[in-house]
Amino acid sequence: MERYFLAGSTIFYLWGFAYSLVLLRVGKFRPGRLNLCAVVGGFTLQTGFLVVRGYLLGHFPVSGAFETLVFLSWSIALASLVVGRIYRLSLLGLFAAPLVIGLQLVAWFRFAGLETVQLGPLVGEGELPMAMVLLAYGVLVVVVVAGVMYLVQERQLKMRVPGLIFHLLPPITNLSEAMQRLLGFGVGLLTLGILAGLFADESIGHGGSVASLLVWIISAVILFLWSRNFLHSHRVAQVCLAAFLLLLGVLPAIHMLEGPGTK
Amino acid sequence: MKIFCLGLSHHGTEIGLRERFAVEERKLPATLEVLRSQAGLGEVVLVSTCNRVEVYGSANNLEVASRACVEILQKMAGAKAKFYQREEDEGARHLFRLVSGLDSMVVGETEILGQVKTAYATALDGGLTGPTLNRLFQQSFRVAKQVRTETGITRGAVSVGSVAVELAEKIFGDLKSCRVLLLGAGQAGGRVARSLRSRGVRGLILSNRTYQRAAELAEELGGMALHFNHWRNVLNDVDIVISSTAAHGRLLSAKELAYMREARKDRPLFLIDLAVPRDFDPALNHLEGVFLHDIDSLQAMAGQGLAERRREVVQCEQLIAAQVEEFLGWLWQRPASLPSENLVSL
Repeated sequence: MERYFLAGSTIFYLWGFAYSLVLLRVGKFRPGRLNLCAVVGGFTLQTGFLVVRGYLLGHFPVSGAFETLVFLSWSIALASLVVGRIYRLSLLGLFAAPLVIGLQLVAWFRFAGLETVQLGPLVGEGELPMAMVLLAYGVLVVVVVAGVMYLVQERQLKMRVPGLIFHLLPPITNLSEAMQRLLGFGVGLLTLGILAGLFADESIGHGGSVASLLVWIISAVILFLWSRNFLHSHRVAQVCLAAFLLLLGVLPAIHMLEGPGTK
Repeated sequence: MKIFCLGLSHHGTEIGLRERFAVEERKLPATLEVLRSQAGLGEVVLVSTCNRVEVYGSANNLEVASRACVEILQKMAGAKAKFYQREEDEGARHLFRLVSGLDSMVVGETEILGQVKTAYATALDGGLTGPTLNRLFQQSFRVAKQVRTETGITRGAVSVGSVAVELAEKIFGDLKSCRVLLLGAGQAGGRVARSLRSRGVRGLILSNRTYQRAAELAEELGGMALHFNHWRNVLNDVDIVISSTAAHGRLLSAKELAYMREARKDRPLFLIDLAVPRDFDPALNHLEGVFLHDIDSLQAMAGQGLAERRREVVQCEQLIAAQVEEFLGWLWQRPASLPSENLVSL
């Protein structure tokens, strides 16, 4: 049953994304009710999936790669929704949508045949650190998304005659501020997740620990250099994007080295 | 009762004549009363702006009423002019186009909507409107809102000043915390500075080779004058620099700014070069966090904005046509005599 929620959520996101792209292409894009319906519908169904999946597993749904991917996708969607509202970052959702959709599609196709296994108590101590780490990942991914938007808008501003998207993208100062706050929040959350993992009976796995430590080090170094003015917003956006692409290749490898099996 | 619109505007009447026909706001109620009583109008609204004077009225005999209106207006102005006249559906279409900014000098401008609302409110307060004009004007305000939200007619800046403001807002967001340095006291620079000032920039520093001229402009714009030799000292304290000097060499090179920018940390700098020959080295635009636009790029953006708005006109006309149909449907179906009603929400 939960898979219907997942399919429905993916369809909502895909519809919203495709609809917005078409409107952008013909120069008629204006954030409106249809986009909001798509995002709210997709997020609600995504949340529904996690609730049902958690109920069926008897666990917080981050115990396997299947749930982990969906939870990460949910974290990105949540962070985009909240940050987009707070900082009035129009198009943040649109820029984040390919990642959200991509993660859900990978989860759907790779783990479609996975059976539901009853694992035990409702919230094991190992799930909470994992959930915090994934939420932090979601926040950090939104930093990268905001960074990409920063680079696009900066390029538009440096052009003699900017393109149509210039009018729709938010001011670079707002993007920079959002990136800095989010990076700080993401590092903080990740720190808590890692510390909680150390004290939990059930660890998040060797691969997971290495991965989260790696992400923490990279994020903390960027934040430190930025706060000390060794890096400016433009460079931060570039470094964040490069780090994200690097981690995209490294993290799955770390998990694979840890061995097969999705707990 | 039939409706009509009678007027003169920037399309066919030169400013010298328009200003003679313009009706001051304080004289508007009396003029409306004269028009209604002497021209035999059932209802009347008078819109008087710098670009137009228009009478909207309803009468049983349009020919007699409109001729009387022209005579009254010409007598008041002490001059003769050629008025255009639109009746029934064309009159409604004209008003809908007007409030949507399609008839404006700058297509898509929104100031006219406020002016029409004020004119309508004056007539409404004086009890000079009835069911027909109330319905017409109320609907026109809805049309204006629909056109603005459903089309891109107001999108994009169409003048050098508004382009500069739009760019500044896309860099800094809210301009209230920004400080501006104006180099040179020319008209072009002054206009851009005024546009930025109207958006609430925090501070304005003016520097000119002739200090007296800078001081005069500073007083006019509400800024602070600075001797030209010292402008580099404040470069790190400002966010926007507008330059329109008559200097023959470059005032600022990329190398010089790259060195000075160390102290700026992560704050962007927006350079607006309105001078010909240019005051700023074009290579400045390649620096991190520095955005340079010259007069050519600002004018090109203004042209692009205008072209975008013109492309939207077709869609606006379609929306307006549907609204005219709706209004006519109401006009023709309603009973011949309705009690006077006052619709109040603007």
